[in-house]
Amino acid sequence: MTRAILTKKKLVLSNAHRFISITNLSRCISTLILAEHESGSIKAQTVSTVVAANHLGESSSVSLLLAGSGSSLQEAASQAASCHPSVSEVLVADSDRFEYPLAEPWAKLVDFVRQQRDYSHILASSSSFGKNILPRVAALLDVSPVTDVVKILGSNEFIRPIYAGNALCRVRYTGAGPCVLTIRTTSFPVTPITESKKATISQIDLSKFKEDAVSRSRYVGQSTQDTERPDLGSARVVITGGRALKSVENFKMIEKLAEKLGGAVGATRAAVDAGYVPNDLQVGQTGKIVAPELYMAFGVSGAIQHLAGIKDSKVIVAVNKDADAPIFQVADYGLVGDLFEVIPELLEKLPEKK
Amino acid sequence: MKILVAVKRVVDYAVKIRVKPDKTGVDTQNVKMSMNPFCEIALEEALRIKEAGFAKEVVAVSIGPPQCVDTLRTGLAMGADRGIHVEANSSFLPLTIAKILKSLADVENPGLIFLGKQAIDDDCNQTGQMVAALLGWPQATFASKVVLDKDKQFATVDREVDGGLETLSVDLPAVITTDLRLNQPRYATLPNIMKAKSKPIKKMTLEDLKVDIKSDIEIVEVTEPPKRKSGVIVSSVDELIDKLKNEAHVV
Ligand SMILES: Cc1cc2nc3c(=O)[nH]c(=O)nc-3n(C[C@H](O)[C@H](O)[C@H](O)COP(=O)(O)OP(=O)(O)OC[C@H]3O[C@@H](n4cnc5c(N)ncnc54)[C@H](O)[C@@H]3O)c2cc1C
Repeated sequence: MTRAILTKKKLVLSNAHRFISITNLSRCISTLILAEHESGSIKAQTVSTVVAANHLGESSSVSLLLAGSGSSLQEAASQAASCHPSVSEVLVADSDRFEYPLAEPWAKLVDFVRQQRDYSHILASSSSFGKNILPRVAALLDVSPVTDVVKILGSNEFIRPIYAGNALCRVRYTGAGPCVLTIRTTSFPVTPITESKKATISQIDLSKFKEDAVSRSRYVGQSTQDTERPDLGSARVVITGGRALKSVENFKMIEKLAEKLGGAVGATRAAVDAGYVPNDLQVGQTGKIVAPELYMAFGVSGAIQHLAGIKDSKVIVAVNKDADAPIFQVADYGLVGDLFEVIPELLEKLPEKK
Repeated sequence: MKILVAVKRVVDYAVKIRVKPDKTGVDTQNVKMSMNPFCEIALEEALRIKEAGFAKEVVAVSIGPPQCVDTLRTGLAMGADRGIHVEANSSFLPLTIAKILKSLADVENPGLIFLGKQAIDDDCNQTGQMVAALLGWPQATFASKVVLDKDKQFATVDREVDGGLETLSVDLPAVITTDLRLNQPRYATLPNIMKAKSKPIKKMTLEDLKVDIKSDIEIVEVTEPPKRKSGVIVSSVDELIDKLKNEAHVV
């Protein structure tokens, strides 16, 4: 009799486990993070996403999923294994199919991995990579994803900005499937890691990974701007120029100032549209979100869409010749003046940074 | 080929929104509403493809309250051939919108679906990717350039990604979501606004489309973001440097 019950129990065990994970999420949180890596190392945004995952609950386990191909993937995997002490496992999908981050095979891969290990949460950073792939994953799982999470209040309650950051929306995920989130990484800064720990690395067996016979999307190429300046998304100082700079040539003043302060260069949409700088320098609702210690805006009016990307900066400085420009409403220090006079003077008088 | 374009009615991008005192959402009463700017760009691109002889028909779709008809009329005045209004009085999550669009695509059989990369109200940036997943079609998101090869039935798309631009080619049918720099949308001229009045808008309901409405996200509350403390206006570069050094300690 007892034995019969036991076997029966065993049979339903997998279902029971699922049930528990639904009704009592806080008890078993297991997070899968779709990692971003480049030239053999994990990106800073992914580490921020790991930090975010730690806010989901006490006893949570974090697995990083790295896809790609070849030696740089394996290199990134070994670096990922010690990128943060809370990472317990690194899963590696090594195949030509993942040479480039195409949404179709990558979304299928995340689903494939999830089918084998049943995660309660699936995360990626809110980068162009994460935003491209994760909603596709969510649709495959028939769940609603949450974009741009800036605060985690529990395993299923989050805050995200709406209306270009002019309102904060607190949402509760009530679905039964995994909770899919993209993380605004400036809200989860990485603190220096003292503890060193190495997570286990396992290669995913892709022999059962089915993909459409002929791939219907192909990678053609990429044009990247090489710069030695710090990355805009994680720089300590950001110097931004707007339409008022008037030309590519003049914009170099912004670059010089950034160099002097060891900062990154940003731009408004107007400056990008005018062709002064490439699009990946656009800051705002539809460009990059920054939260540096010092943000300086020159010839920027401060449109709603631009402010959406800078409001979390610690110190905002605005230089504009129009005393009524909206940017002054968010600036800690404002200087009403002509940038063509102010920038040269700053270049001359600012202390040198290493 | 037919092109389906999804257009959303949102609070105009220039409006400074107000959070409702009861924290249930954002005040949209008596506020100027417009077509989401990214949707305008999506529609513009579809029209250009049609004008280049690559498509026969452009169909604009909007999902929401009766006023969405105004948004569709704007789209028809820009040049769309006909509209479909899926009437719904509550607002849906992107997943439901994606399911509605999928079910329309099953009926309409478009060669391309264009959407904006995000709506400026919920800022989700999800719907296009989700439609593509549900249809099993390839996706090209954040497009800043689209070139069609009609004979070979594929599109070559430049995408705005974090590090610069990436180029993909996707077989048709496909889903493309548009970024700001794809094009400059046209204005509807008065004669075209008049003409648009006689173009058809088909009304559909959720029952017609047999979409199951999933609500797995609850809005707990909507609040105003914390205000920044007010700043000071300095009178010279020297004063600015002094403040940055000795008060803010950032240089
Ligand atoms: C859907 C949508 C999304 C958008 N997304 C973004 C986004 O992500 N990021 C973004 O930045 N914008 C975005 N925009 C555009 C945004 O609305 C503004 O048009 C843009 O930010 C304006 O850029 P600007 O401040 O450089 O130009 P302007 O608004 O033209 O401002 C120029 C400023 O320079 C000042 N000025 C002129 N000459 C001088 C001088 N010699 N010295 C000092 N000051 C001077 C002027 O007083 C003025 O305030 C978006 C718009 C839409 C509709």
